Amino acid sequence: MIKKTPFYDKHLQFNGRIVEFANHYLPLQFKPIIEEHKRVRTTVGVFDVSHMGRIEVRGKDAVKFVDYLTTNDVSGLAEYQVQYSTMCIENGGIVDDLLVYRLPEHVYLVVNGARREEDLKWIYQNKWPGIEVIDRTFEVCQLAIQGPKAEAVMQKICDIDLSQIGFYWSARCKIDNIPTLISRTGYTGEDGFEVYLENKYADKIWDMIFAAGEEFAIGPIGLGARDTLRLEMKYCLYGNDITLETNPLEAGLGFVVKLDKANGFIGQTALQKIKAEGVKRKLIGLEMLDNAIPRHGYNVLANGKVVGQITSGTLGPSVQKGIGMVYLPTELSAVGTEIEVDIRNKISKAKVVKTPFYKLGTRK
Amino acid sequence: MADTLIPKELKYTNTHEWLKIENEIGVIGITDYAQHELSDIVYVDLPEINKSVNQGDVLGSIEAVKAVADFYSPISGIVIEINTELKTAPDLVNKDPYQKGWLVKIKIADVSELKNLLDADAYQRLISSPQ
Repeated sequence: MIKKTPFYDKHLQFNGRIVEFANHYLPLQFKPIIEEHKRVRTTVGVFDVSHMGRIEVRGKDAVKFVDYLTTNDVSGLAEYQVQYSTMCIENGGIVDDLLVYRLPEHVYLVVNGARREEDLKWIYQNKWPGIEVIDRTFEVCQLAIQGPKAEAVMQKICDIDLSQIGFYWSARCKIDNIPTLISRTGYTGEDGFEVYLENKYADKIWDMIFAAGEEFAIGPIGLGARDTLRLEMKYCLYGNDITLETNPLEAGLGFVVKLDKANGFIGQTALQKIKAEGVKRKLIGLEMLDNAIPRHGYNVLANGKVVGQITSGTLGPSVQKGIGMVYLPTELSAVGTEIEVDIRNKISKAKVVKTPFYKLGTRK
Repeated sequence: MADTLIPKELKYTNTHEWLKIENEIGVIGITDYAQHELSDIVYVDLPEINKSVNQGDVLGSIEAVKAVADFYSPISGIVIEINTELKTAPDLVNKDPYQKGWLVKIKIADVSELKNLLDADAYQRLISSPQ
């Protein structure tokens, strides 16, 4: 059954165009996508990301277990620190990408909505004795408040000093007595926060955030702009850019793979071997030289030969160009390499560029 | 969508183009409903002048941020003019789909084909019916 998030009525109230995504009814857009995109780049916007999976891992060895389950180094995290990571199978294929929160009482995993069930299966399959896994997805809702004015908005309603929360750190706070977990994280390239709270407070927190943001022309943001914003940063989308058939090293996520972790992790041996042999392909960013938009599945050519397919593509509203991502053989992956994209039977020129595509983001 | 514009004097296709007849010339565009569905139009690919098309043929394509869509000729004829303003201002199709956002002018080959098109009421029913 397709689910509604606790903010569904708000989406209707704001005239959101509702689509099905990750087994949820979610807004594609409220206003034109470019307008929503620019709102986040210049001021502040609010995303309902309650479709994400929220999983608690408890037990004396919770930190060690998540360290074993994921590729990044969890044992080195301080309390309330947050970390981007991947979870891999033995051959290095990616089960999911996720956020790992090291909280005082447990480790909190925030995973992709469309992958939650697969992730849970994988976690249970590999679970150690004494580890308890609790799925909080349907008890807790989640908003992302993103943009250069996000802190100004949230500071008006939050009872702690947000300037003390660094990038990829979290804290517990009260928003008009609503117990809230807040972190300086996001998927846009701008400064911003994500908040987690019980479902029963959903309407209240939405209203409070919008009232506080009124002076900054705050607005709700749909999935359309979420995609253009993350793509301009070359942030991966699971299912498009990373899958079980890709590994984090070729996906450019080597920075979240700590190959030498002392206690080992699932996929370590395979990833060490891939690293030693050198990756055969790399997920690169390409920019169109013509007025054209690369889209998911389009063929990419070099010297007339198909060498890959676009994993994600769009027009970047802030860079004002067609941009995309594609796995290219390593020898074709250098910045500046000229390639072509088959755009509905029209061959259009493109080149490999340095990423992120958008370089003026306000993320801290 | 109660606020969708459907001018009474135009003819429509079930692929969401409109046709306005000016003597033997047909002016073609996409409907308000279509531009709203596409949203954020960023490029419009228009046909060559003098191209000969049959009713229902692909005339060109419209790229929006989230999708690309072909548009089709509501009537047979020869392309005599294209809206060159759309090269620099493709969003005219979003802002003013029935006036400044027109796409193509065609010299109509056979006016009897008009009977295959929808009037405003029929088009209203088309877009109001559940998908």
